[in-house]
Amino acid sequence: MQKGWLSRISILAPYAWLAAFFLAPFLIVVKISLSQSAIAQPPYLPVFDPRAGWDGLRDFLGGLSPDSYASIAADPLYLWSYLKSLMIAGVSTALLLLIGYPVAYALARAPRRLQGVLVLLVVLPFWTSFLIRVYAWMNILQHDGLLNQALIALRLIDQPVSWLATDYAVYLGIVYSYFPFMVLPLYAALERLDPSLLEAAADLGCPPWRAFFTVTVPLSLPGIVAGALLCFIPITGEFVIPDLLGSSTTSMIGQTLWLEFFGNRDWPVASALAVVLLALLVTPIVMVRQREARQLEQA
Amino acid sequence: MRRFGPLNLTALALGLAFLYLPIAVLVVNSFNDSRLVTLWGGASLRWYRALAEDAAMLEAASVSLRVAFLSASAATVLGTLAALALTRGGRFRGRLLFSGMIYAPLVMPEVITGLSLLLLFVAFEIDRGFWTVTIAHTTLTLCFVTVVVQSRLVTFDRSLEEAAMDLGCPPLRTFFSVTLPLIWPAVASGWMLAFALSLDDLVIASFVTGPGATTLPIRIYSEVRLGVKPEINAICTIMIALVAVGLIAASLLTKRKGAQASLGVRL
Repeated sequence: MQKGWLSRISILAPYAWLAAFFLAPFLIVVKISLSQSAIAQPPYLPVFDPRAGWDGLRDFLGGLSPDSYASIAADPLYLWSYLKSLMIAGVSTALLLLIGYPVAYALARAPRRLQGVLVLLVVLPFWTSFLIRVYAWMNILQHDGLLNQALIALRLIDQPVSWLATDYAVYLGIVYSYFPFMVLPLYAALERLDPSLLEAAADLGCPPWRAFFTVTVPLSLPGIVAGALLCFIPITGEFVIPDLLGSSTTSMIGQTLWLEFFGNRDWPVASALAVVLLALLVTPIVMVRQREARQLEQA
Repeated sequence: MRRFGPLNLTALALGLAFLYLPIAVLVVNSFNDSRLVTLWGGASLRWYRALAEDAAMLEAASVSLRVAFLSASAATVLGTLAALALTRGGRFRGRLLFSGMIYAPLVMPEVITGLSLLLLFVAFEIDRGFWTVTIAHTTLTLCFVTVVVQSRLVTFDRSLEEAAMDLGCPPLRTFFSVTLPLIWPAVASGWMLAFALSLDDLVIASFVTGPGATTLPIRIYSEVRLGVKPEINAICTIMIALVAVGLIAASLLTKRKGAQASLGVRL
């Protein structure tokens, strides 16, 4: 088909929008992260002056300072915050895999005519607001909430336990919020699995548990990888869940960034935190992108 | 033969209970007349009445709905164009950067997207408020629309368009009378997805909002930080009900196919 003005617009309009509101802002973040730390008030030095030509550019580049990065590296608080985020993301991804796998497996084994409805049921709660879902857990976990009442009624505890503002609550909130992100890729992989392979294993005298670990799990590996990445990346930058369910010591990197920005109003440091976080996540993001590209080609 | 034993049934039942129990508790509590969660004070609409008198909350809801409508509409136009460019544009200059910019926001932590957009608005001295939130949401959601529409375009039968063109139909008219009607369910579910995402967003809106543009999630968040409140249970229940009604309507409208595609994409 000839490239008419229609196809040119279809490229140019979204391209221009994304360049203006996605790419340009990100370059500004990089620039401000290299600006001299100054509290709150823009414009940040150095200011690039296009009228001064090459001299202006040289002055601009000479004026950039790695101070913000140095202060991130020097302060163990930031390092701890990154490590804590990665740890919480890692542990919750493992938990999600442990809980999500049996559910995805059962979904894939459910009678065909019910599968569509069941998948819909798994996904449905996730059309409601993220905030509502986290808030729903606050209802249950609060001091006189349902969980404490149930545990007291069962005589497992005699005093209400504070569940909110603990790391347990954060893990619970994360596992709940990211559940379908893990179940759906796993289901997609398990659903494609050819049942005759398991029959073959059984015919050859392989016990079911062994067939599960030597046939089912390896064949569902693409789903495991996709689910894990789909959960791990956004969990690392999570803000709402640790802020509402965690305590002041939870301090994941999303919270630290938020605090640096809104609380301390140190924009250069907040920007530097964002750049480092993105650098940490770039490897898995590239991997996801390549997977998506491959899947799109296959589709 | 697939077997669906008691073990599988238990896993499914527990999984679904885990998903729905918190929401059920929230909905039931919203009808509790007592302020205390511990006590069941009988069923009442007390908190819904309180909500109707909460001017700040109503204002926030109206801001959110307007932002969601405008940004979803803009994102649907731009996202559909981007999907056309990606599936049919062939090789054009900067294609790699283009597809990178489409997919990156899907996985980018929200704090980074929010921060970078805010710094852009500050750098160009744009007053923050209703329009900056709308722009931010358009940017975020257009990528989701692109993915939904793209998944439809990949399986699109081009020969129908070619037939129209062979019969002398100009390209623009071919697009509106052949292409668009065929990809309509995907476009509609892309719009719905964008609308829901915009209503949902707290983090990005918090960064780019300004005076007079408090969205519903920002409002709810500022209340929720202080603890559980019955009024918030009520507004959350209303939002859940709206989403449920919207989804049922959409699945009837698109005969499920498009809606399911977008459900999958949201994840």
